[in-house]
Formats: sequence, structure tokens, C-alpha cells
Amino acid sequence: MNAIHAIGAKTISRFAAAGRAALMLFGALIAMPRIKNVPLTIKQVYVVGVQSLLIILVSGLFIGMVMALQGYTILVDYGAEASLGPMVALSLLRELGPVVTALLFAGRAGSALTAEIGLMKATEQLSSLEMMAVDPLRRVVAPRFWAGLISMPMLALLFSAIGILGGHLVGVDWLGVDSGSYWSIMQSTVDFDKDVVNGIIKSLVFATVVTWIAIFKGYDCIPTSEGISKATTETVVFSSLAVLGLDFVLTALMFGIE
Amino acid sequence: MNKYRVELMVGVFVLLTIGAVLLLALKVANQTITNQGDTYTLFAKFDNIGGLKARSAVKVGGVIIGRVDSIRLDQEDFTPVVELSILQEYNAFPETSSVSILTSGLLGEQYVGFQPGFAIDGVENLKDGDYLQDTKSALVLEDLIGQFLFNRGKGE
Repeated sequence: MNAIHAIGAKTISRFAAAGRAALMLFGALIAMPRIKNVPLTIKQVYVVGVQSLLIILVSGLFIGMVMALQGYTILVDYGAEASLGPMVALSLLRELGPVVTALLFAGRAGSALTAEIGLMKATEQLSSLEMMAVDPLRRVVAPRFWAGLISMPMLALLFSAIGILGGHLVGVDWLGVDSGSYWSIMQSTVDFDKDVVNGIIKSLVFATVVTWIAIFKGYDCIPTSEGISKATTETVVFSSLAVLGLDFVLTALMFGIE
Repeated sequence: MNKYRVELMVGVFVLLTIGAVLLLALKVANQTITNQGDTYTLFAKFDNIGGLKARSAVKVGGVIIGRVDSIRLDQEDFTPVVELSILQEYNAFPETSSVSILTSGLLGEQYVGFQPGFAIDGVENLKDGDYLQDTKSALVLEDLIGQFLFNRGKGE
């Protein structure tokens, strides 16, 4: 009897949490048209976007370089090392750019968002805002949500671009693939609408999910130091899992069915 | 952190992203405007186009002079018709020119190889909308192997 009771309680609390998350997202989305919030959003773009630039650019550069190195050793056996360009470009634009950016973003910016909002809740700053008739959804949640949504696709594009340049650095300048064929075969293979735009769409979906999870975990945490630490961990774990799972679904929808 | 510096850095971030988009669009996906530059259209009928695709290159001796615009099937004699859009600056090919479908390297892409014919008196230049008469189809590996096996079987 106790086991059944536990299952029921767990289910109800999960659904209630999903409902609260949906209400919070709705509140944040409704809060978009406020002109007043634009400076707040720009401040948050700085915090979640600009401050993540370094880690994104460095990882993008090294992932591009490693892919060129690994791809070259296999492609050269078939005399197809000229196809290094499209290999690096397509894997970055379609998969690695959006996914790795989302994972890094969850670790770098998502955890920070959760901790920040969680601490605001623990120190009763959110309640004080409400006391002053300021809606914390408008003032705190919405700018952070929009900043995440704006920043992540931009970071993913930068990631792909610098990865392709990193691939050029290793493939062409070090291993001696012809620079002309690196670019020209890439150009004849990569399609702007199919590859670049789909990558951006993927990245937008990941941005929504990661930022949503991060903000909700902070907003809904148990307001103790232990609760904040648990919420931060859950943010990173849940958003990473959600990104990887969603990536498969999106890939199947975008590239799986011809 | 003062407000001016924050906005400045966000501005740098936005500019960097625009740079990345331009790099991806122009250098990686080749969305160049010159591609939509002045072109004229030629048609060629092949028996078999192999793996030729729209946007494949048309080359004379390795120099790209145009791209495959579209590929469709002629409903009357059921042969593929390839529409080639050739840059206007290369507009003096004689009518005796021929095209064949070639492969770059062993595993490479297929492209249309264009061999200019001889310009003798009385031979006009190719004009917009002309059909190329002399075409050679793609080499299909399975057909070649089939022929080879067939010939061996006859020999024994």
C-alpha cells in the first residue's frame, strides 16, 4: 500500500512541477513586449552570452582541429582527403555546433542561472520584489530567458565558424590538403537552407529547453543551501540529457527522412 | 560593471555573430550573388546521368563555366534532360561542342565535362536554349562489370 502511495505522490508532484514550469514559461513569454525590459535583457545577454564566448570559441577551435586530424588519417587511405572540408563543415553545422554549444552552455550559463535565482529565492529577494509589487517573472525570469534564447544560436554559429577555420588550420596548413578543394567541395556539399538554417533551428530548440530548465530549477528550488546545490546539479544533468535526447529526434525529423 | 561597457561587449558579440553568419553563408555554403549573374541556358540529353545532381559543376578543362540548373525526364522518349546554365562571359562555344558526365577522382563528385568543338566556317555558336547534340553518358560501374562478366562468359 505504501509503495502505491509513493508512486502516486511522485507522479502528482512531477506533474505539478511540469505545470509550474509551463506557467512560469508562459509568464516569461508574455513578458516579452515590455520596452522597459530591454536593458535588463541586454545585461543578461552579456552575462550568459558574452561571458560564455571564450569557452565556446576555444572548444570550437579545438573540436574543429581534432576532427580534421582524425578525419584526415582515415580519408587519406582512400585518397579522399579533399573531402575533409565537407566532413568538418557538415558535422559541425548539423550536430556538433548546436549540441556541444548547448552542453557547454548548460554547464557554464545554466548552472549559474539556477544558482543565482535559487539564491534570490533563499534570501527572499523574490518575495521582496513581490512585496514591492514588482512581478519577479517580469523582472528576473523573462530577461534571463530571452537572453538565453538570443545568445545560444549566436554562440552555436560562432562555434561552427571557428571550428571550420580550425579544421582549415590543421587540414590545410599542417597536413597539406589543398586549400581550394577544402573550400570548394565544402561549398558544393553544404546547403545554406538545409544545413545552416536547420542547425540554427536546432540551436533555438536547445536554447529554449536549457534556459527553461535552468530558470525553473532555480525558481522552484527548496530555498536552502542544500536545495540550491541539488537544483544546480539537476539543471546540468537534466538539460544535458534533454539536449542529447532532443538532438536525436530533431536529426531524425530534419535529415532522416528524405 | 558599468552599463556602457556591457552594451559595448554585447555589440561586439552581435558583430562577431554577423561575421560568422557571413562566413558560413558566403564561404561555406557559397550563397554568392555571382552565381545568379548573367547566364544562358543550354540543354543536353543523356541516356544515363549517373549521380549527377542539380548544382553540379560544368567544366571545360577543369575550369568551372557554369552549373547544372535542373534535371528532368523527357516525357516523350524517357531520357533525362539536363539544363545547364553557363556564365554569359563564356558565350562563344561552337555548335559542334560535346558534353560528357565525368567523375572527379575515384570517389569524387560527378560533373559535366564540356569539350568545345572546332569552329569551322559555317558552324554557328551555341545560343540560349540550344540542345547539345553530342553527349556521352555517365559511366555506371555496375554496367561495366556486367559487360565484363558477359564478355568473359562468351570467351570460355
